[in-house]
Amino acid sequence: MKLADILQFASGSLRGSPTRTLLMMLAMSIGVAAVVVLTALGEGARRYVVDQFSSLGTNLVIVLPGRTETAGIGPGLMSGQTPRDITLEDAQALLRSRAIKRIAPLTIGSASLSRGALNREVVVLGSTSDLLEVRHMSIGIGKFLPAGDIHESASVCVLGNQMKQELFGNEQAVGQWVRLGDRRFRVIGVLASQGESMGMRTDELVIVPVASSHQLFNTTGLFRVLIEAKNRDFIEQTKHDAEEIMSQRHSGEKDVTVITQDAVLATFDRILTALTMAVGGIAAISLAVAGVLIMNVMLIAVAQRVKEIGLLKALGAPGKQIRYLFFAEAALLSGIGSVAGLLLGYTGSFVIGKVYPMLPVSPPWWAVLAATLTALGTGVLFSVWPARRAAKLDPVAALAGK
Amino acid sequence: MIELQNVCRTFTVGDQQVAALRDINLRLDAGEYISIMGPSGSGKSTMLNMLGLLDRPSSGTYLLDGGNVSDLNDEQQARVRREKIGFVFQSFHLVPRLTAAQNVELPMILAGIPGEERKARVNVLMQNYGLSDRADHKPDQLSGGQRQRVAIARATVMNPTVLLADEPTGNLDRNTGWEVLKLLEGLLQQGITLVVVTHDGEIGARAQRQIHMLDGRVVSDESTQNDPK
Ligand SMILES: Nc1ncnc2c1ncn2[C@@H]1O[C@H](COP(=O)(O)OP(=O)(O)OP(=O)(O)O)[C@@H](O)[C@H]1O
Ligand SMILES: [Mg+2]
Repeated sequence: MKLADILQFASGSLRGSPTRTLLMMLAMSIGVAAVVVLTALGEGARRYVVDQFSSLGTNLVIVLPGRTETAGIGPGLMSGQTPRDITLEDAQALLRSRAIKRIAPLTIGSASLSRGALNREVVVLGSTSDLLEVRHMSIGIGKFLPAGDIHESASVCVLGNQMKQELFGNEQAVGQWVRLGDRRFRVIGVLASQGESMGMRTDELVIVPVASSHQLFNTTGLFRVLIEAKNRDFIEQTKHDAEEIMSQRHSGEKDVTVITQDAVLATFDRILTALTMAVGGIAAISLAVAGVLIMNVMLIAVAQRVKEIGLLKALGAPGKQIRYLFFAEAALLSGIGSVAGLLLGYTGSFVIGKVYPMLPVSPPWWAVLAATLTALGTGVLFSVWPARRAAKLDPVAALAGK
Repeated sequence: MIELQNVCRTFTVGDQQVAALRDINLRLDAGEYISIMGPSGSGKSTMLNMLGLLDRPSSGTYLLDGGNVSDLNDEQQARVRREKIGFVFQSFHLVPRLTAAQNVELPMILAGIPGEERKARVNVLMQNYGLSDRADHKPDQLSGGQRQRVAIARATVMNPTVLLADEPTGNLDRNTGWEVLKLLEGLLQQGITLVVVTHDGEIGARAQRQIHMLDGRVVSDESTQNDPK
């Protein structure tokens, strides 16, 4: 018997009982679709996190004051000192490392921002012109902080998009003066709207030169130093150099913490990939359930078609051929079922993507492959027993319908 | 051609042994027209199934062209059924979801014959049996006589050497039954060996060789000078 004939005969028997066939395919396709949609969601979450991190800046290394150690007593505590501040000079010294491309010192504080009668409490960032590049921000109108002497406390500021709207509405903001704390600043630029990134709403920020912010808040220390390494391969070197330079400048004490974005990102990546696989695995159980359903239905089919099987044997079909016919039926069921499931799953993912545009939903290829193979596998596996049963029927008894 | 030697067939029902065939010795030659008669339960159907390799002897030997059939495996036996034996049943046994033409085509599909040849052979047979205008009808749209003609077309489409018919007229009225019988007897001209199991003495009497069975035994085996051809 030819393969094409086997398939045609099998599809004929499937068409012979359309309701049963449709229900089976539905079960199969829901299983496949579940795997596709759930893994697409997991993958979407993973990508969302990765995107958020890279929107912070690439090849980013961050220096923060104080030593966060998980074990033992830090040197600072031994000597009874509080960690020393990171100064602007410390930050500039970092540029000595050949691994480092640029740095942006960062201070943070809050002050009241006012223009005429309008008044609002805002988060003020103090930094330098390089922040724009390091932190992947983009300017909407005007200019960002001017490059030049890091110690110069110019009275200029850059407004977040929403701040500008609140204070100026549709008026021209660049060139106008605002009051920040007890000092007047000239608006030189407005950031492009960026939305939220890692919990910090850049739209609601006011950015001033770092020296000005030191005066504003009457401090000398830095909240963070953001470092951009030359490229990905220099990240470890950067981290090492930063630790070394800082400890040199702090008379040998390791009183800063240097974290790389990559390490954090890699952890998130691992966790979310594991989560996606777990969710996909759970969904795959529904495929196994569909497999059991197929077995059940195939057993019923064997029982219903006993006479036909007897007839086929009388007409000269060996047991092997009967087995192939039932295999082919199961394979067609699960094959068409998985194709329908893939369509359903992709449609579902697409719809979810439309409903939650910020989530980059897309089914990972490995999940799609695994779902399809599992569907085909269970379909054929669970038809082994019914097919063998059909093949072993005694032809005389089968013809008599017993 | 076919020879049964001391063939017995016993069924086990619960803890009882039912002997359906007892010590059968029988030889069928090519081109013979044989009728098997006997009361209900005498073992006629069992005998026919045995001859058609649908059943195996509990003891004794079945020789086909001199070779012992029990030496053949499932696949080889299936091949013998496919190529040498045709069955016609009392209740037709057509596949309800297939059309008349597709039912006739079925043995050739199982044999792996290419599509064009199948179509050609089906067309010839449907024409010979006056079924051309019924080719695309499903069995439940056909009369009893038409169904049996489709079944006969199916049984002969592989040009078997033996045709085994178990009460082929049993479910048909008298006239239709005679028509079907005429059709079967027509096959004798092609040299086929025809074995007909029947309750109807009038039908059985038409065969040249008439076998009577009783309680699993052959009680008489007579040849006459009939010439139904
Ligand atoms: N599968 C079976 N299991 C048990 N006993 C069986 C089986 N098949 C046949 N028999 C028994 O074997 C004997 C012969 O049965 P068989 O069907 O050959 O009779 P038959 O001559 O064809 O009868 P009928 O004219 O009613 O068709 C009967 O006693 C029957 O009960
Ligand atoms: Mg009988």
